[in-house]
Amino acid sequence: MIDKVVATPGEALRDVQDGATIMFGGFVSAGTPSNLILALQRRGTKRITGIANNIGLGDKLDVLCEKRQLAKFIATFAIRASGGRQSLFEQLYRRDEVELELVPQGTFVERIRSGGAGLGGVLTRTGLGTMAQDGKQTLTVDGTEFLLEKPLRADFAFIKAWKADRMGNLVYRRTGRNFNPVMATAADVVIAEVEEIASVEELDPERIGTPGVYVDRVVQCEPVAVRWDG
Amino acid sequence: MVNSGKLAGLTRELIALRVAQELREGMVVNLGIGLPTLVSNFVPPGGEVIFQGENGVLGYTGISEEDFDPDVINAGGQPIRLGPGASFFDSADSFAMIRGGHIDVAVLGGLEVSEKGDLANWYLPERGGGSIGGAMDLACGARRLIIAMSHTNREGRPRIRKECAFPLTASGVVDLIVTDLAVIEVEPEGLLLREVAPDVSPEDVQERTEPHLRRSPALRDMRL
Repeated sequence: MIDKVVATPGEALRDVQDGATIMFGGFVSAGTPSNLILALQRRGTKRITGIANNIGLGDKLDVLCEKRQLAKFIATFAIRASGGRQSLFEQLYRRDEVELELVPQGTFVERIRSGGAGLGGVLTRTGLGTMAQDGKQTLTVDGTEFLLEKPLRADFAFIKAWKADRMGNLVYRRTGRNFNPVMATAADVVIAEVEEIASVEELDPERIGTPGVYVDRVVQCEPVAVRWDG
Repeated sequence: MVNSGKLAGLTRELIALRVAQELREGMVVNLGIGLPTLVSNFVPPGGEVIFQGENGVLGYTGISEEDFDPDVINAGGQPIRLGPGASFFDSADSFAMIRGGHIDVAVLGGLEVSEKGDLANWYLPERGGGSIGGAMDLACGARRLIIAMSHTNREGRPRIRKECAFPLTASGVVDLIVTDLAVIEVEPEGLLLREVAPDVSPEDVQERTEPHLRRSPALRDMRL
């Protein structure tokens, strides 16, 4: 019998090694796999390359900066241009102790999508004539110029859903969906944190947001309350 | 050029109200982080303007601090109310809407706008930082781009410039600029001053703007 459910977040992360590249789903408070992030902090994994929409915006990812577990982060939103309290990540970045690759958000998700879909990248007009174009190839298709953006994959994807069954089928809730279903396609090992485990008969096939084929491990956890405090 | 003379321009809320007057029933509208998120609270109830949040929601009607649900937020992380006909989707779908021309209006904040409609709004060189978020995609993909910002920076320097000094978000994309002092249309011939704030003169606005402003024949006070 197929059973992808593991007992604890720690067990779900059993083979995460130093130097791993890890995607994290979530958008600020919604759909962030906080229990898996806290388990990664306890595990003490070093030299991580992290990939997430945001870091230090009330998400739990900032805890990975407490003992400098991150070597590099790929994100769309990490440094504030004005106001607000500085996150730990921002403090490390300003001391040049972590590398940051900023990516426009639509390009970020399409790079991951192409990485998970077996494509060689995407062509987009976003970022043309800006710093986001630096070092990248442009292509002209039928008279229109595009930037070539390359695929993005990871060793692990940590994602968050509302419900799962033992086969790894996932159901999302409201804006908790965001990057999770796309990241689930683009990593060698996909670990889903969920609020409830349902029986395989219970989940409506029409409501499955991520089919079980993409998911390797499922762990049920009490959700961690997170909120961006500005 | 620095003009430190204080003018009683619009508050942030009144700028948002003036932007909301540009929106019509049935329009799909994305609001950027900061001042633009206030706009959703100034659309008349039942007006059926469809607000999109790039975090994966279509059809929210405003910001609500009641009953915070961490899974029901806009792109600024603020709790939102859902209207009838709302829907949720993933980030790939969300940016397909944005780049694919399905968003009628985006309202973004600005650091600088040039007379050619170039926008700089993500990186402050003097702070050595910034974040892109969805701004580059929205600036390129929305059918109409409105910038809501203060007319000058804290030091009184114009934000509307001949050329942007800050790194660009996108070039030649801005359609309308709404500030605490004026409403300015970006046209191929240059900038057109359409409206001035109450008790603000066209001369006041020009003094605080680097490029030349043509005056609309229908130039008038903002109606708020």
